[in-house]
Amino acid sequence: MSAFVGKYAEELIKNAKYIATPGKGILAADESTGTIGKRLSSINVENIESNRQALRELLFTSPNALSCLSGVILFEETLYQKTSDGKPFVEILEENNVIPGIKVDKGTVEIAGTNGETTTQGFDSLGARCQQYYKAGARFAKWRAVLKIGPNEPSELAIQQNAQGLARYAIICQENGLVPIVEPEVLTDGPHDIKKCAAVTETVLAAVYKALNDHHVLLEGTLLKPNMVTPGSDSPKVAQEVIAQYTVTALRRTVPPAVPGIVFLSGGQSEEEATQNLDAMNKLEVLKPWTLSFSFGRALQQSTLKTWAGKKANVGKAQEAFLSRCKANSEATLGKYSGGSAGGLASESLFVKGYKY
Amino acid sequence: MSCFISKYADELAKNAAYIGTPGKGILAADESTGTIGKRLSSINVENIEENRRALRELLFTAPGALQYLSGVILFEETLYQKTASGKPFVDVLKEGGVLPGIKVDKGTVELNGTNGETFTQGLDGLAQRCQKYYEAGARFAKWRAVLKISANEPTELAVQENANGLAMYAAICQQCGLVPIVEPEILVDGSHDIQKCAAVTERVLAACYKALNDHHVMLEGTLLKPNMVTPGSDSPKVAPDVIAEYTVRALQRTVPAAVPAIVFLSGGQSEEEATLNLNAMNKLQTKKPWSLSFSFGRALQQSTLKTWAGKEENVKKAQDALLVRCKANSEATLGTYKGDAELCEGAAESLHVKDYKY
Repeated sequence: MSAFVGKYAEELIKNAKYIATPGKGILAADESTGTIGKRLSSINVENIESNRQALRELLFTSPNALSCLSGVILFEETLYQKTSDGKPFVEILEENNVIPGIKVDKGTVEIAGTNGETTTQGFDSLGARCQQYYKAGARFAKWRAVLKIGPNEPSELAIQQNAQGLARYAIICQENGLVPIVEPEVLTDGPHDIKKCAAVTETVLAAVYKALNDHHVLLEGTLLKPNMVTPGSDSPKVAQEVIAQYTVTALRRTVPPAVPGIVFLSGGQSEEEATQNLDAMNKLEVLKPWTLSFSFGRALQQSTLKTWAGKKANVGKAQEAFLSRCKANSEATLGKYSGGSAGGLASESLFVKGYKY
Repeated sequence: MSCFISKYADELAKNAAYIGTPGKGILAADESTGTIGKRLSSINVENIEENRRALRELLFTAPGALQYLSGVILFEETLYQKTASGKPFVDVLKEGGVLPGIKVDKGTVELNGTNGETFTQGLDGLAQRCQKYYEAGARFAKWRAVLKISANEPTELAVQENANGLAMYAAICQQCGLVPIVEPEILVDGSHDIQKCAAVTERVLAACYKALNDHHVMLEGTLLKPNMVTPGSDSPKVAPDVIAEYTVRALQRTVPAAVPAIVFLSGGQSEEEATLNLNAMNKLQTKKPWSLSFSFGRALQQSTLKTWAGKEENVKKAQDALLVRCKANSEATLGTYKGDAELCEGAAESLHVKDYKY
């Protein structure tokens, strides 16, 4: 095998496959302290640890929601937090068959000499950190690489740097028992059409899978978290069937069948848009050798956040809103979403230009 | 799309998918004049055009055989030849529902500074040649790249050069309406084990698909012709199930689902071995988004050749022998081969020739 088969190989394969279970998906609740601050301030809630803890408790104890999830990505602080009665979050997730995951990158920095393109940091002591996270109960990890579309972007340098970074992160995770989610996000910002997004996405994914092969990553023990293929944010929208067609075609051309599951990022789409696009992909009558599911942050939490507004009295209603989005997306992974679980909040675009986590 | 959509895009996708029809496969009858000479001399037949024509007529008019074939790869000379009664071979094939294909490479040359590694020539004027072949009725093409396994081989240079050559050839074919069969053959020669073959195959295929993406090749309009993953020729043999497992896994790790079919080369395996291995792959219960079929030369023709021995009176028996192998391989693409094909003399004979040169 050109793949590294270490002591965790079987476990990695088993966990990756479980996360890719049809009918389930991932809640991305790994907002860094700075980013969650922006969310909290949008609902006039102070960015202190107890509020961050309260929000995540609201999500993880939502009745029946966890059955729609196979994994939750956590920020480091959250991995060690507990409910108000002292139960570790990790235990709640495990008891409900939800695998805890951990964001391990340390954000992006600009690549000198480019037009604002970036590379992702986080390699220092990554192996040791992964070991610690494994001990704390994490079984998968996430690392976000970012590329943008512009007249001369993404450049070959940015593509190579980010592909290499993802591959190196992935093999280090596998050496330490964590299933790496490989996330090469091509931002939606821009006036380009869907064809341009498709071309860039295919080029980026081809580079990523070449790098993963070069670095001996065991594909059966990984997941992919790509952007959907859509027109740029400054371009006219298209129907979900069109997005589904371009997205699945791009994936069929680049993602080897050995990868068990693809969990899309929502990247600024509204809750309802993201669900409908995912549903359309799963309805598409074409051969798809990996499951197509979700790893949504904003697109799962937006309504919930607004309904909560930081008030204890609203927790129940907020949890209902959360359950509603979880169920909708669970159905979408099966191509069975019948639409209509959108309140006004669910249709609100979550696009933020030049979004920084 | 990062791929170039030529005016032939729909036709390419349609033809590639047709070649991958379950129950069908490819007869590789594209031996160059030099190579077919070796075959003919092994049965004491003179290497003259008439004999080359007679052999191919025997193959293409074998009753009942064409239904098991979706394509036949031809050498340039054969593309313009006819039956004894004057019917162009290309017409015989088309009427039998078989797409004519054409070998377009011009053999290998050594890479300077390597230990006998090679790259493949044939790019000069390739577009013009492809256009001519299309006009003559060809609808797919073949280009063989060769790599070997050894202490330090394949080198990164050899892998890159051959992947790049395959990708350039493929892009040109698509612009001219020919479905490119991408053939990165890793020779079986050597004492390495099956794990080594798997590692090299995965590395080579990953490089090929990166190159194809770089060159904007439309994968839906291509086919892959790889080696099966096996132990080296100087290593102990393993069971078909083991070969199937390693081979399919290597493909799952490298070949995108957009590729409609994978048509294996037989590379020196005996007729029966090749069929049993293909059958085992199709029985395997695992993700296979491409169909798995055959593109066999020696492994389809060996018994036929020996039975014919160049004699007119043996033609019918020779054609029966071909039919037996075609049917067996057709069943193998469906995973239904029971290993009960009437074995003609030579069907179990290894066809391995060390450091085989076409």
